[in-house]
Amino acid sequence: MSVATETPSTQGRQRTALARLTITELRLALREPMLVFWTIAFPLVLLVIFGLIPAFKQTHAGYQGLSVLEVYVPILILLMLGLSSFYMMPTTLATYRQQGILRRLRTTPAGPARVLAAQLLITLASEIIMVAAILLLGRLAFAIPFPPAPGIWVIVALLALAVTLSLGLFVAAVAPSPGVAYAGGAILFYPLMFFAGLYVPIQSLPAALQHISHATPLGAADEAFQSAALGHWPSALALVTMAAYAVGFAVAAARLFRWE
Amino acid sequence: MGGPGLAAGAMRAAAPERDARGMTAVIEVRGLRKEYGDTVAVEDVSFTVAEGEIFGILGPNGAGKTTTVECVEGMRKPDGGEISVLGLDPVRDHAELTQLLGVQLQESQLPARLRVAEALDLYSSFYREPADWRPLLEVLGLTEKSNTAYKKLSGGQKQRLSIALALVGNPRIAVLDELTTGLDPQARRDTWELIEGVRDRGVTIVLVSHFMEEAERLCDRVALIDKGRVVVTDTPAALAERVEVTARIQFRPSAPVSDTLLTALPEVTSVIHRGDGVVVTGTGNVLNAVISVLARNQIVAEQLRVDQTNLEDAFLELTGSHAKEEQ
Repeated sequence: MSVATETPSTQGRQRTALARLTITELRLALREPMLVFWTIAFPLVLLVIFGLIPAFKQTHAGYQGLSVLEVYVPILILLMLGLSSFYMMPTTLATYRQQGILRRLRTTPAGPARVLAAQLLITLASEIIMVAAILLLGRLAFAIPFPPAPGIWVIVALLALAVTLSLGLFVAAVAPSPGVAYAGGAILFYPLMFFAGLYVPIQSLPAALQHISHATPLGAADEAFQSAALGHWPSALALVTMAAYAVGFAVAAARLFRWE
Repeated sequence: MGGPGLAAGAMRAAAPERDARGMTAVIEVRGLRKEYGDTVAVEDVSFTVAEGEIFGILGPNGAGKTTTVECVEGMRKPDGGEISVLGLDPVRDHAELTQLLGVQLQESQLPARLRVAEALDLYSSFYREPADWRPLLEVLGLTEKSNTAYKKLSGGQKQRLSIALALVGNPRIAVLDELTTGLDPQARRDTWELIEGVRDRGVTIVLVSHFMEEAERLCDRVALIDKGRVVVTDTPAALAERVEVTARIQFRPSAPVSDTLLTALPEVTSVIHRGDGVVVTGTGNVLNAVISVLARNQIVAEQLRVDQTNLEDAFLELTGSHAKEEQ
């Protein structure tokens, strides 16, 4: 009997399996009210609240001519990426592992790697849509201009996506249970969001904390976003910091990931 | 004890030859060994499953049943021995094997909000030649649950869905681990009927179970596994005879009964007095013999209780004789 010949029909079926798994994962995600609230509604609601604060619309000397609201746009994007990549995806994957869903898939031709791929795809797609939604809502509701150098801004955004996903995958890889995954997400989320300037913009922090911030994945991302918002290239150090975290944690996640 | 022990040994040696005669072996396991760290889960397991049969793997908890079938499924890599499933190596040829082998795992769930029809539709898309899952739902009595989320299903319904998922790829072999555990008696009987129907369509079935009744009803042959070894491979009928070796009868005689009356019976092995009660153990049709002799002596057995030997007892029996045989 010939074995595992990759005929065109086999490849076609495997693509179908991935497509079907992705659609199913998307459907399941949309059935989780908490997930929909935190990753879709919450960042947009926060943008509206910030947008309605009159003081946030004034330009600020410390922010190189940007308004507080403009400074907060990338921070809200990082907040959305953190909620989606640190909490939602790892908790889902840890649940699938604990409940033997990945194991069951191992007994089928689809295999467990495809459900992981499907999760990554819907996380990535929803994050890209949400980035666009935040920019669009800011522009339409509060006249926040689109980034003046879109090319630079998109590169920074992609690096931010990569670094948050990679950290989330690391949590998914090492967490033995959904509870631990959730706690791991929180351990990443709060300090990293602090250094990204969620509570106080980085520019307002003491110099020492600013330096620490620039060495963290989301702090570097925020720094890079702020430069991109002004239309110029971020420091190479910020880009390298993000890329290094992204690659490092992705490699660690791939090494440590367990299907059961 | 020496008798059954020798018989078990003879049976074990004879079984593979008999299977090979005129029947195609779809699963061949030879000298399987699997360790987890220092623990030996499977010491030495060999058996052959012929095409179209329902083959039972029975044994107490921790005997190595699940590890054995997981090696057959290619879910675990054996530390020793050889396995061939439909001519494939389960580990090396895992991708192809998944097309031909349907698996129902113990304690495997589905996403909480996934609906029954969605699950079957999704899983059927993984296979080259999937079965039509609608009739499968009908047979399993899940049709009216098509749009129900997995978390809203009862234990029995979840189990039946799990069986449906194992069959949705139109497999040539189905491996079902603890098929009817957690099902009520009616659902259990319905499931047995379903499995017989699946076999009638030509699917070979490997059943992991600890229910003797299930094995008797369904299996053509059974391998008893204990402590990582096959104790005996036999038909359930032949096995049931061994299982009936001991029965324990407790009763309170309406009048004093002399021991000699009971010990004189060839079926009786021991008589113990407990207060004003009597406990008789014996072999074969000991219950009939005891009741008859009491009736002839105008004694009524009050508060009669009969403990049938279960599989666990049969195991003690069979593993005991196995150990003796090795001496």
